Amino acid sequence: MAIIIDENTRVVVQGLTGREGRFHALRNREYGTKVVAGVTPGKGGADVEGIPVFDTVVDAVEATGANASIIFVPARFAGDAVYEAADSGVSVIVCITEGVPAHDEARFVNYVQRAYPDTVLIGPNCPGLISPGKSNIGIMPGEITLPGGPVGLVSRSGTLTYQAVHELTQRGIGQTTCVGIGGDPVPGTGFIDCLSRFEADPDTKACVMIGEIGGSDEETAAEYVRQHVKKPVVAFIAGQTAPPGRRMGHAGAIISGGKGTAAEKIAALEKAGIRVAKSPADIGETLAVALGASATA
Amino acid sequence: MRGVGGYGEGGGEDQVDLFEYQGKQLLARFGVPVSAGEAVETVDDAVAAAERLGFPVVVKAQVQVGGRGKAGGIKLADSGDQTRQHASNILGMDIKGHVVRTVWIEKASDISEEYYASFTLDRAAKKHLGMMSAKGGVDIEQVAEEDPAAIARVHIDPLVGIEDYHARQLVFGARLNPAARSGAITILKQLYKAFVELDADLVEINPLILTPDGRVHALDAKVSLDDNAAFRHPEFEALRSLSSLDPRERAARERGLNYIGLDGEVGIIGNGAGLVMSTLDVVNQAGGKAANFLDVGGGAGAKTIANALEVITADPKVRSVLINIFGGITRCDLVAQGILDGFGTIDVKVPVVVRLDGTSAEEGRAILAASPRDGLMSAATMLEAAARAVELAKSGQEA
Repeated sequence: MAIIIDENTRVVVQGLTGREGRFHALRNREYGTKVVAGVTPGKGGADVEGIPVFDTVVDAVEATGANASIIFVPARFAGDAVYEAADSGVSVIVCITEGVPAHDEARFVNYVQRAYPDTVLIGPNCPGLISPGKSNIGIMPGEITLPGGPVGLVSRSGTLTYQAVHELTQRGIGQTTCVGIGGDPVPGTGFIDCLSRFEADPDTKACVMIGEIGGSDEETAAEYVRQHVKKPVVAFIAGQTAPPGRRMGHAGAIISGGKGTAAEKIAALEKAGIRVAKSPADIGETLAVALGASATA
Repeated sequence: MRGVGGYGEGGGEDQVDLFEYQGKQLLARFGVPVSAGEAVETVDDAVAAAERLGFPVVVKAQVQVGGRGKAGGIKLADSGDQTRQHASNILGMDIKGHVVRTVWIEKASDISEEYYASFTLDRAAKKHLGMMSAKGGVDIEQVAEEDPAAIARVHIDPLVGIEDYHARQLVFGARLNPAARSGAITILKQLYKAFVELDADLVEINPLILTPDGRVHALDAKVSLDDNAAFRHPEFEALRSLSSLDPRERAARERGLNYIGLDGEVGIIGNGAGLVMSTLDVVNQAGGKAANFLDVGGGAGAKTIANALEVITADPKVRSVLINIFGGITRCDLVAQGILDGFGTIDVKVPVVVRLDGTSAEEGRAILAASPRDGLMSAATMLEAAARAVELAKSGQEA
């Protein structure tokens, strides 16, 4: 099994006719994802390599039975796209777009959570998610993953996710689902949402959680793991040498008022019984130890 | 919007921190009462401004760092001569590494009480957070630590916005002097409106004062704007260009790169904030120190990589460069081409270690292998690349 998306997920691509939307939608389809529709206002009736384009998400959902949306529109239109996706009734919305104004994000994240509590919004500013062998929705390179589990992975960082998945795959450790929740201050989906799904997923035997400086989501997740997660969890925190007061690329990655440091997060994770890898290269090794001999075979 | 990236594996934007006088001018647009004043850059202009405003005036250093009062950056002047003396002391003063280039000359206020008021986003709650305290004029983080009960807090739903009761909860919760209540409620609502309409990450008034004649008034202002919203605020550009950026950071920003200057000797180029942060960490574990954080963002092409190499190698402290790319949306073949382009157009005097993985990595490695350059080498893993770059930086220093 996998979480959030699987072989039954049918994807509509908002922004399919744009450069990035087209490139990644076709790449996702090549991976095996059921990419069933695209939306570009004014281009309804056209197609992109056989994927039909509609003027509105509602039209696309009605015509194709899409139940998930991926958003590749520019930042200034991202809020509009999320509202449109949510109101169309899809149950998964993946917003890849980065640079979304924080006030827009705070509004649409609250809206989706309240109006559609069963809808999963991933991102914005995220690489998407992949259930290896089943569905890849986003910009992650599918070829570095390994289907079949037993690891579920959740991460605030995009490229660091690839690094971690690569380490796992090289050791022959497969993944059930890898979720890039994104590095923005108000992500639609957080660590805890994913960890609780992994805990409930019978095929996931262990979790990897990749955090970074800033905020307190890692600390909150550590407390959640201590109380509710019985499966082994391995973590990594980026930004151990980051200077305070500077945003390290991600809008959310900032040590402010002495809070949100890597040291604090690592201490909270270790206190909750989570093994913390020293470098991204150690994630595979640390997980192998956590899983015991069965995974290293 | 930044020139590069645009999609999820890259960075995000910086915030635009404003000077006090810029913040006050913006808040005044929303009706927040501030003192009359003028921003000047020379001693003569300071004296002229003071004479126009009428004495006494306050001469205030404009720097984006706290503690300027203690550092001697805020002085009261009763005359033109005193203004001249204070302005000449303060202009050019170094406050915690920030050189004062502008002073704000403001009409002095009589103060009965000092309060604190702010709005920001509470990430954990996913709501706006308003805070108010009757203990103003001091570092609010210190108040939070020593007397947390002295700070009233209220969460505001971003979909609803501020209602009067939110402001009342803050004012009553902070036990403000009854004489200040109605003025403070009005200002809180204006401040919240500014927070939302300016796309600010933070609006803070500290101190918010009560005067002996019963007026409530902003004596300082701290405003940080969300650069991601610059597309709908044309005025951000002018505000940003006035802020004091490190010259390396300015050069990088002009090229659309997400760069933060640090003080080590290993120049870093990577894609994605998390990977770049981890690269800094791994360099540190290998016994070196990073000269910078540079995230080329998602989907960087050859031009971006060549620009990044140019910015990094222009830093005289850099003894070696580590390029760490894990391609997803970013294609390693384009990265490799960008590195070769960079070597073609700029004089790269320090060794460059490259690690490529992910999308088109094999093609990228083949491009580099086919065109060997002096001082350009590949490494198979992130750890190996970091160890190599640190070793080269050290041997470069000895040479």
